Amino acid sequence: MSKEYETVIGLEVHVELATKTKIFCGCSTAFGGAPNTHSCPVCSGMPGSLPVLNKQVVEYAMAVGLAANCEINRNCKFDRKNYFYPDNPQNYQISQLYEPICRNGWIEIEKKDGEKKKIRIHEIHMEEDAGKLVHDTWSDTSYVDFNRSGVPLIEIVSEPDMRDADEVIAYLEQLRMIAQYIGASDCKLQEGSMRADVNLSVREKGSESLGTRTETKNLSSFRAISHMIDGERARQIDLLESGQPVVQETRHWNEDKETSYAMRSKENAQDYRYFPDPDLPPVHISDEWLQRVKDSLPELQPQKRQRYIDAYGLPAYDASILTGSKRLADLFEETVALGANPKKVSNWLMVETLRLVKEKSMDPQDIRFSAKHLADLIQMAEDGTVNNQVAKDVFEKIFTDDIDPVQYVKENGLASVNDAGALEEAVRKALQNNPNVVQQYKEGKTKVIGFLVGQVMKEMKGKANPAKVNELIGKLIQEY
Amino acid sequence: MRKTGMTATELSAAIRRGEIRVADAVKQALAEIREKDGEIHAFLTVDEEGALRKAEEIQKKIDAGELTGPLAGVPIAVKDNICTKGLRTTCASRILENFVPTYQAEAADRLEKAGMVIIGKTNMDEFAMGSTTETSAFGPTQNPAAPGHVPGGSSGGSCAAVASGMVPLALGSDTGGSIRQPSSFCGVTGMKPTYGTVSRYGLIAYGSSLDQIGPVAGNVADCAALLDVIAAYDEKDSTSMKRDRYGFSDALKKDVKGMKIGIPKEYFGDGLAKDVKDRILEAAELLKNAGAQVEECHLGLIDYAIPTYYVIACAEASSNLERFDGVKYGYRAADYEDLDDMYKKSRSEGFGPEVKRRIMLGSFVLSSGYYDAYYLKALRVKALIKEAFDRVFSEYDMILAPAAPDTAPRMGSSLEDPLKMYLSDIYTVSVNLCGLPGITIPVGKDRNGLPVGMQLIGNRCEEAKLLQAAYTCECLQKENGKEQMA
Repeated sequence: MSKEYETVIGLEVHVELATKTKIFCGCSTAFGGAPNTHSCPVCSGMPGSLPVLNKQVVEYAMAVGLAANCEINRNCKFDRKNYFYPDNPQNYQISQLYEPICRNGWIEIEKKDGEKKKIRIHEIHMEEDAGKLVHDTWSDTSYVDFNRSGVPLIEIVSEPDMRDADEVIAYLEQLRMIAQYIGASDCKLQEGSMRADVNLSVREKGSESLGTRTETKNLSSFRAISHMIDGERARQIDLLESGQPVVQETRHWNEDKETSYAMRSKENAQDYRYFPDPDLPPVHISDEWLQRVKDSLPELQPQKRQRYIDAYGLPAYDASILTGSKRLADLFEETVALGANPKKVSNWLMVETLRLVKEKSMDPQDIRFSAKHLADLIQMAEDGTVNNQVAKDVFEKIFTDDIDPVQYVKENGLASVNDAGALEEAVRKALQNNPNVVQQYKEGKTKVIGFLVGQVMKEMKGKANPAKVNELIGKLIQEY
Repeated sequence: MRKTGMTATELSAAIRRGEIRVADAVKQALAEIREKDGEIHAFLTVDEEGALRKAEEIQKKIDAGELTGPLAGVPIAVKDNICTKGLRTTCASRILENFVPTYQAEAADRLEKAGMVIIGKTNMDEFAMGSTTETSAFGPTQNPAAPGHVPGGSSGGSCAAVASGMVPLALGSDTGGSIRQPSSFCGVTGMKPTYGTVSRYGLIAYGSSLDQIGPVAGNVADCAALLDVIAAYDEKDSTSMKRDRYGFSDALKKDVKGMKIGIPKEYFGDGLAKDVKDRILEAAELLKNAGAQVEECHLGLIDYAIPTYYVIACAEASSNLERFDGVKYGYRAADYEDLDDMYKKSRSEGFGPEVKRRIMLGSFVLSSGYYDAYYLKALRVKALIKEAFDRVFSEYDMILAPAAPDTAPRMGSSLEDPLKMYLSDIYTVSVNLCGLPGITIPVGKDRNGLPVGMQLIGNRCEEAKLLQAAYTCECLQKENGKEQMA
């Protein structure tokens, strides 16, 4: 490559909001359900039906906007985006073009080398989701399911401030944390509750002007986004290097083939004939309303992370991991509130919990066990009721089934045996049965004590306190 | 049996006194429809079975003292763009020919809660687009007061149903004059309330920012009583308004002393037929003699009302009518190749020419590159027109105006020149653009015996004033008539 190129990336991120009901009607937003069971005249576009705005949507959008340092538009409006498609029952989508609710914000990301960077946010607007088409290729028929039609979305549009996949992913993670902390969304790429469209162009390094961009859709994981950015950068550079122009177009990413194809170019772009929706009056956001939302904003990740370092004395690394998922942070705080040692709780969450999350390829948000059970287990490990190995085994049961560890240990007889008589008996038996090992120990090979401890543990069915066993062997071995 | 000449409120009173059974009132309406509607064609659907069943239910509630309202037991006709649960609602369009809503429009619901019986659905211009009821896909309606002439539109069916005495009351809708103009042509009383007074939930939208459901009646008192039934805040309609006061029937006082009534001289110029002008000014004279201060005023900007109205109404219509695509309900073409072809054929075959014309006009003014020049400009002019009305209302209680430039035209004479038809909306569209209330009452006939109506336009939320003046005028005309007879 003769020239050096720079990638310029901007994102349009759709986040599905966690309201109980849809944006313009009272239907449930619950995922799944038999087709068209969460639909009504409004969200199925029946003639004469009218939209009524769900105020919770405005509050979530405002909260995300405030967390992303945006200006809140105190008189925002809804517009109709007109286009024909069967999953869009009115054949227009109610969205915001002219007066979106939030504008001119920014989010700070931390790059891999620790350097901080601000990504500017152009706007955040509210809109409704479309239904789903189900194609039955056997009968060559398409069916429409309106369960998702009218589920509230916010679209967060960034400025073209990102330069590589790492920055894009750091930005998405920040957005996800904001939405999760506010409780506005669970932001799952795989399930589509967070969707990112990537606008990408390349230009010669040092150039101030922007190249022609493409927009790529259908990216359902960070991995796919990363692959797509590398692929699209290379594709555009190849075009430029061979003297061909980059065409402004919308592209569709195919993750299986790790490649994208063009969907439609700008020349074929639709005219959406946007105009203000006459069925919805402007949304006036009063000082009181804005203040109420401001006051109800929870502690966000950067503040929480700092507090974990300051108040609990956690290392910065631990604090970042724990606060990286709202669920993990909540678990941490709830467990500590029950009296458990913060560092111990942190260890259980960072090591055992995240190991299991990874093994089961889960999202940390889906961790289901209760803080009480973790706190009880930590207490039991602490006071020697169970030994470490038993504690780890019990934790797996807590993780998968949220069992009560106190009851579980009792019912399964897993408590450490601290009965001095029984322990001494087992130690003496091990010493008696292994004269050679005892001999080796006495000759200075003290490492063999491990074998003896193992024998005792076996005899005690794993329920002995290893420290005590060690201590007792040291004391009694001289008698053999 | 309902005695001829009995008003709706009189009928209800007789029913509540036990002199007339609800079922008999309904049967009489059905008999009238059978006798007259073959010729008039005011109805698209008559719900004989449902109405008789409802009559029994309502009778029980009246007998039990549960229904005591002033219109309990009265049969009513509903314009066919107002959704009625389980009863076909077509908008007089092929595209909705077999559409049966699963939900009830709020206004229709309020009729039933007041103990009124919906007899059937009335003919109209397709999707309320037209001024003659001739754009109906199911054939035109005759003007009962003037055979061979149109009843006006788009609520022509509702006005003809009342004018012919088939029903004492009807609901219409008014986007640019669709209640007031046919009321004038048919010689009945019709009112377009202040925007937001009657819920639009279940009214199949034409121009959402202009549409309003309103009453059509044989007299002012019935008109007020029906408005009392349908006017209410509705949380299902975001443009619905909580009014400080309802109780419109309280306004029925024969008194106009001190009322300041402005007559815009721009409305009485060259375009107005002489007989129409004379009848209206005679009525104005009656009000003046009764103590109203009636004088000429200046309104301005009236040349801009028509283009502004058609840009805004058609823009909204082009979007509102997108949902009729053959996918979910309504007409779908029999043969098509793919999705786009299905859309094109279903809509081409399902919509009539006037609807297509307005969809195209509306799509054009919203398209990129033209949005600012047409749609945004129209919104700005609309604001100026509003200011012009505000100026008049800062001095006058109401405006007295024609409802149409002439009496009802002959059947078949309007559609070939749509632009001319549009221009005939000159006296009515501004009221919708500004969200104002307007009422039309009959004020006599022209030399050919065709009814002439007079329109009174009020400031926002001032229906009571209009009803009071209209009621007074109605009383004065009766007295005057008696004097002349004597």
